[in-house]
Amino acid sequence: MKPRVLQLFTSGINCDRELRYAFELAGATVREMHIRELMESPEAIRDCEMFAIPGGFTYGDDLGAGRVLGLEVKRFLATELEEHHERGGSIFGVCNGFQALVKSDLLPRVEGVEVSLTWNFSHRFECRWSRLLVEDALDHVLPAGSILPAPSAHAEGQIVLAAGEEDVARLEAANAIALRYCDENGTPTSEWPTCPSGSIGAIAGMVSPSGRILGLMPHPERNLSPLHLPDRGAGAWGSGEEGVAFFRGLMAPYLAGIHS
Amino acid sequence: MSSNAWRVELELNSSRIDPLGAAAVQSLAARGLPLTDGIRVGRGFLLPGSLDRDEVKMIVDSLLADPVNETARIVAPGEVETDGQKSLLIRRMAGVSDPEAHTTERALKLLDIDLPSGTHVETYRSYRCLGEVAGEQFLKIGGRALGNLTIEEAFLANEPVGLHPEPTSRPSKRRDIPLRDLGIDELSAISSEMSLALTGEEMVAIQEFFVAEGREPSDVELETLAQTWSEHCKHKTLTGPVSFQQLDGDGKIKERRHYNNLLKETVFYATQKLSPEWCWSVFKDNAGVIAMTEDIGIAIKVETHNHPSALDPYGGSGTGIGGVIRDILGTGLGARPFASTDVFCVGEENMDRKDLPPGTMHPDRILDGVVAGVRDYGNRMGIPTVAGTVIRHPGYVANPLVFAGSLGEIPRKYVDKAARPGDLIVAFGGRTGRDGIHGATFSSEALHEDSESIDAAAVQIGDPITEKKVLDVLMVARDRDIFTAVTDCGAGGFSSAVGEMGEEIGAEVNLEGAPLKYAGLSYWEIWISEAQERMVAAIPPAKLDELQHLCDTADVELTVLGTFADHERLILRWHGEVVCDMPMSFLHGGVPQPVRDAIAPQTPQNDTAWPSVDDHGQLLQNILGHPSVASKEWVVRQYDHEVQGGTVLKPYQGANGHGAGDGTVVKPRLDLPQGVALGCGIYPRMAELDPYAATANAIDEALRNTVAAGGNPHRTAILDNFCWGDCRKPDRFGSMVLAAEACRDAAIAYGTPFVSGKDSLNNEYRVDGVEKAIPPTLLCTAMAIVEDCEQTVGTPLQAAGNHLVMVGFTSNDGGGTVASDLLGLEDSVVPKPNFETAPSVFAALHSAITEGSVAACHDLSEGGLAVAAAEMVIGAHGLGASVDISRVPGASDLSAAARLYAETPTRFLVEVPADRLEQFGSHFRTLPWAAVGEVQAGDQLELRDGPTTLVNLDSATLSTANRVQA
Repeated sequence: MKPRVLQLFTSGINCDRELRYAFELAGATVREMHIRELMESPEAIRDCEMFAIPGGFTYGDDLGAGRVLGLEVKRFLATELEEHHERGGSIFGVCNGFQALVKSDLLPRVEGVEVSLTWNFSHRFECRWSRLLVEDALDHVLPAGSILPAPSAHAEGQIVLAAGEEDVARLEAANAIALRYCDENGTPTSEWPTCPSGSIGAIAGMVSPSGRILGLMPHPERNLSPLHLPDRGAGAWGSGEEGVAFFRGLMAPYLAGIHS
Repeated sequence: MSSNAWRVELELNSSRIDPLGAAAVQSLAARGLPLTDGIRVGRGFLLPGSLDRDEVKMIVDSLLADPVNETARIVAPGEVETDGQKSLLIRRMAGVSDPEAHTTERALKLLDIDLPSGTHVETYRSYRCLGEVAGEQFLKIGGRALGNLTIEEAFLANEPVGLHPEPTSRPSKRRDIPLRDLGIDELSAISSEMSLALTGEEMVAIQEFFVAEGREPSDVELETLAQTWSEHCKHKTLTGPVSFQQLDGDGKIKERRHYNNLLKETVFYATQKLSPEWCWSVFKDNAGVIAMTEDIGIAIKVETHNHPSALDPYGGSGTGIGGVIRDILGTGLGARPFASTDVFCVGEENMDRKDLPPGTMHPDRILDGVVAGVRDYGNRMGIPTVAGTVIRHPGYVANPLVFAGSLGEIPRKYVDKAARPGDLIVAFGGRTGRDGIHGATFSSEALHEDSESIDAAAVQIGDPITEKKVLDVLMVARDRDIFTAVTDCGAGGFSSAVGEMGEEIGAEVNLEGAPLKYAGLSYWEIWISEAQERMVAAIPPAKLDELQHLCDTADVELTVLGTFADHERLILRWHGEVVCDMPMSFLHGGVPQPVRDAIAPQTPQNDTAWPSVDDHGQLLQNILGHPSVASKEWVVRQYDHEVQGGTVLKPYQGANGHGAGDGTVVKPRLDLPQGVALGCGIYPRMAELDPYAATANAIDEALRNTVAAGGNPHRTAILDNFCWGDCRKPDRFGSMVLAAEACRDAAIAYGTPFVSGKDSLNNEYRVDGVEKAIPPTLLCTAMAIVEDCEQTVGTPLQAAGNHLVMVGFTSNDGGGTVASDLLGLEDSVVPKPNFETAPSVFAALHSAITEGSVAACHDLSEGGLAVAAAEMVIGAHGLGASVDISRVPGASDLSAAARLYAETPTRFLVEVPADRLEQFGSHFRTLPWAAVGEVQAGDQLELRDGPTTLVNLDSATLSTANRVQA
């Protein structure tokens, strides 16, 4: 049996098609459920290996990105999601999905670190390609030190930490930083436009100590072929295979022993 | 009397930089109010005064404030701060939609807080001055600089703030408008008092109808006729008879032509003559549909939203894109939108404020506003905005143009629709309010300096998340075969939607059933309100429960409005009383069609005298920085142009993302190889001189875009958008007749049928009794099928050693070109396409691209060869180009300037792999083409005339000149 992804849907989610396609390319089957259905039967989460929240503008992001969805997840799904995680299941959020994971306290799982996401330093929506340096914490998905190219497309992608650089150190110590914005040489930077948001510590994505709760701002699900790349595979942005490799890496624990 | 409210203001922590505050300081300084100590901007919420302090604190902490980032200020009902005059508050006027407030009200339920009935939440912005400021001045200057006083109100925080009172109720008994005994002047007066925009002649036709009926019309009957007969809905000018004259130099009539229906005999005629089998639906639905595969069609539509955008650029462009997306949703039984386009025409940049006509907004502010409107609506919808342009021209200063396009994917079996007698009329989506009353008739009138104060009701605020939910539920319902017909509520609201769906059969509607944003609307307001995000569908009664269930899950409101009938009448009831009862035949066929006069403008006949240029390097840099040529990447980067994952040839290309593309290619289905290439063409500067040539060029440009990217010229559909002045004036109409004729001739020559179109007339501005028209503006949008997205090419140079080839013939004609603007050339002949050879050039290039003989390709448009070459270098990764312009194929007497900057259509600069030149040439045979240079290592652009170097600039210099902003 193929590993099962349960993909959340609600008002304003709009990256569901490409995320579904990416998981399918990685060998999974995808079931989509509206949060209203899930509120009524949250036990549906027990029938999946991966629970995923796609990007979008849930409820218009009217009260801050992912804020209202974060409240809903916390109130109606948190118990089932914690059990799912303890059973060995994964949770993944991209862009608005990541924002919702942070605002529902599913990420980061580091004592005393308060995280939020706010407006990009440019104070504009930014749609541009980024290079993401894979940190040790994500070595089980992609090789640490490798670069995952992916487009960013967000307005509120700047990670801020209550205690600033001290919190960066705490996150580092806890192995909670999964991905960092970096330049062509793999050097992390918070400088615009290499880092579209100005995130502290150049942080692009965070992961739980278990390695199974992961969220990131950029969109690896929009890097599934050389034609997706700005230079269409000429080399400056990788080969066009990194995105699929990332999703295979995410699903690897559940793909083992399965022959496609 | 309004009730007092809690004020909550959330500012970024004082340690953080506040970019909005800095921007506010800048806007105020530009209007002569320097506030050097700075401003902090707050997100404001008004909460009902009946909540207690603990509840408010809980709401702020759990829902409104960002705990890491923001500081909350809470002001109790009735209280004021001692320095309240230093805080300027701006909120939407009563009745203007406030989607953020709506989201807040819903989210409060998650916190188990129920608002007392009759109360609500409002949002606002606060601007807190950190230094000293005179309150009166802050209010006066700040209100205009930071707010849009057409839809917003500004006040100081030195008085308690209350919630808006509930809207007033209108009398709601049937009201008749006696007109059977009136003369034409009195009839016209009624039209004007009721804002009907009906002419005296049309009022007389209505009078005659009701005399025959033996009764007076009701208000809603007149309103319905006004909506249905409006220029916006009926296109009376383009579809009416016209007497057209061309005069000679002495003012004598040289030639006369007569059209009974201009549109039918030009644009439609071309489509009918071509009628390829791959056109599935043309000019009969909300959008045209062509085949992508045997089973999947592509729907496309481009709309304008000009007058609302002049008053409120943000709301106007947002609802423009929202409206055209609904056109796609309302095509057939529903198409799924996968790409959007936008084109803006605004006044010149950096204008001195004192040169602005009274009552108009600064063009730079208009541009920022319309970009933000498309950004916020399109991004939230999750539909990539992938193609478009920005035109700057003084003629648009008081009347900007906003074009918004949308494309959708639709299975063939859902292309046709027909409501049946007995079907229920259902509405779903947003609620009905007073927003957008008289939008259709307003857009059919000229703007004037009081427009901003009296036409506020014509402005709407969009709510994209509501529309996204409508999209989601509509797709599911379509796939379950619930609908027999579906359409959008656009101009004219329910009146147009129901009137069109029931045109052949008849309809009965109970207006009291419509869900309202607030109580108190009269029945005629409900009927014609253009409140956004609403769709109307016909469903068999047996399907109602299923649709209701889908809507409940998706959180979409569904209402049964009435039923379709078989009596071919339109019957409206209000609490049981009949308020409208007219035959569909009169509604749709009763409008009188007077013959209009049109006189062709004189076009320049002089040869272009290109001057000799001392410093081509400098001239090229000036051209690259010309507002029409300068990089638009700063716009594109604000749009999520890659959402849905199908954008496989981006608007800005290359390793650095700075290379301006021609056509954008989007895959509607990630699992299929096919895609569509999109292009657009627009030449208002040329149209001022020669509307026929400019229109032909616009069509050629749109096709150049799609062909250059790899689109199939034999599978290309085009769309027209005419934006003209007041065509009751023969000179304005004359240029439009010529443009329509160019549409006919070009479409037939290229074999590219028009599948949809729209016109917007009366783009005039009246001040001090003088009426000024915009430049004649024809936007052509082209959509070409790409059989295999692997066979598409971008514009950035690919590899050193490759050949550079010029395709197409260069003529000397320079009228209306960007260079003529900068070189101050006298008006001279405008270039135009050669209809004999152009289609063959497109076909040959397409064959070369699909067989892999092209590494990169850029069409030549504004700024000609020099600009195309520069842009190919700007987008390249450490590569340059060397071009010898003496080898450019063209007229025998071409000067260097003409070779570099002429804008003759149907030309391309092509990068051909080193070993492919002969193979490439085999497609062209006798067509004009020549190898003119090569791609080089390094990043220099070298343009030579034989042995003489004219331009030698590096990529960084070119980028700076082109105003590339990352």
